[in-house]
Amino acid sequence: MSVALTIPMEHGLLLAAVLFSIGLLGVMVRRNIIFILMSLEIMLNACAMVFIVAGAHWGQADGQIMFMLILSVAAAEVAVGLGLLLQVFRRFDSLDIDKANRMRG
Amino acid sequence: MIQLGLFYMAATITVVSSLLAVTRYNASHALIYLIVSLLGSAIIFYVLGAPFAAALEVLIYAGAIMVLFVFVIMMLNLGAAGVDNEHQWLQPRMWIIPSLLCLLLLAEILFLLNTSSQALSGTVVGPKAVGIELFGPYVLAVEIASMLLLAGLVGAYHLGRRYLLDMRGESL
Repeated sequence: MSVALTIPMEHGLLLAAVLFSIGLLGVMVRRNIIFILMSLEIMLNACAMVFIVAGAHWGQADGQIMFMLILSVAAAEVAVGLGLLLQVFRRFDSLDIDKANRMRG
Repeated sequence: MIQLGLFYMAATITVVSSLLAVTRYNASHALIYLIVSLLGSAIIFYVLGAPFAAALEVLIYAGAIMVLFVFVIMMLNLGAAGVDNEHQWLQPRMWIIPSLLCLLLLAEILFLLNTSSQALSGTVVGPKAVGIELFGPYVLAVEIASMLLLAGLVGAYHLGRRYLLDMRGESL
C-alpha cells in the first residue's frame, strides 16, 4: 500500500469515452426533450472528466480550471435548455421533440 | 492497488447508472440514476487527485443543476394527477438499485477518508493551487465565464416568461 500505483491515463480516457458514447446514444435515441438534456449533461460530464484525467496525469491545476469552465457552460446550457423545454411544452402540450420539427411559414 | 480498485469500482457504478439513466422511461427515475452517476464521477475525481473538482461536481452538478431538472419535472405535472404520478413513480422497489449504488459510493468515500492520503494518486492538486491559477493567468476566462452565466440568466428569464405563449394566436 505504501507504493501507490497510479491509475493509467488510458483507462481514465476510456471511461470518459464510454460515458460520452452513452450520452451520445441517449441524444440520438430518445425523443423526449428532458432525456435529451440529461444525455447532454452526461456528455458534458465526460468532457470534463477528460480534462481532470489529463490534469491528474501531468499534475497541473489547468485541468481543474477547464473543468470549472465546462461547469459554467453546463449551468448556462441547462438554464436556457429548460426554458426552451417549458416553451415547447406550452406550445405543443408535449415533450416529444418530433412534434416541434416544423419551422414557421 | 487499493486506489486502482476504488477507481474501477466507481467507474463501473458511473457507467452502469449512466446507462440506466439513458434507458429509463420515467423522467424522475432517470434523474435519480443521473445523480448517482454524477456522484460516482465525483469519487473518480477525488481518487484522481482533484478534491476541489470533486466537491464542485457534488455541489454544482449533483446539487444545483439537477435541482433545475427536478423543478421542471415537478412543474410539468401539477395538481392531484401529479401527486398520483409521484406516488406511482416513486415506489419503494424503485429505490433499491439507486440506494445500493449510493451505499457502495458511500463505503468508498468512507474508506478513502479513513485511509491516509497514500491511497490517492501520486500528485494531489489542491484548491489553493487551483485558485492561484484561476485568478492568475486564467482571470480572463473567469470574466468570460461570468458573462456567459449572465447571458444564460437573461436567456432563461426571457424564455421562462408566459407572454411568449400569447403570441401563438396572433402571429403563428
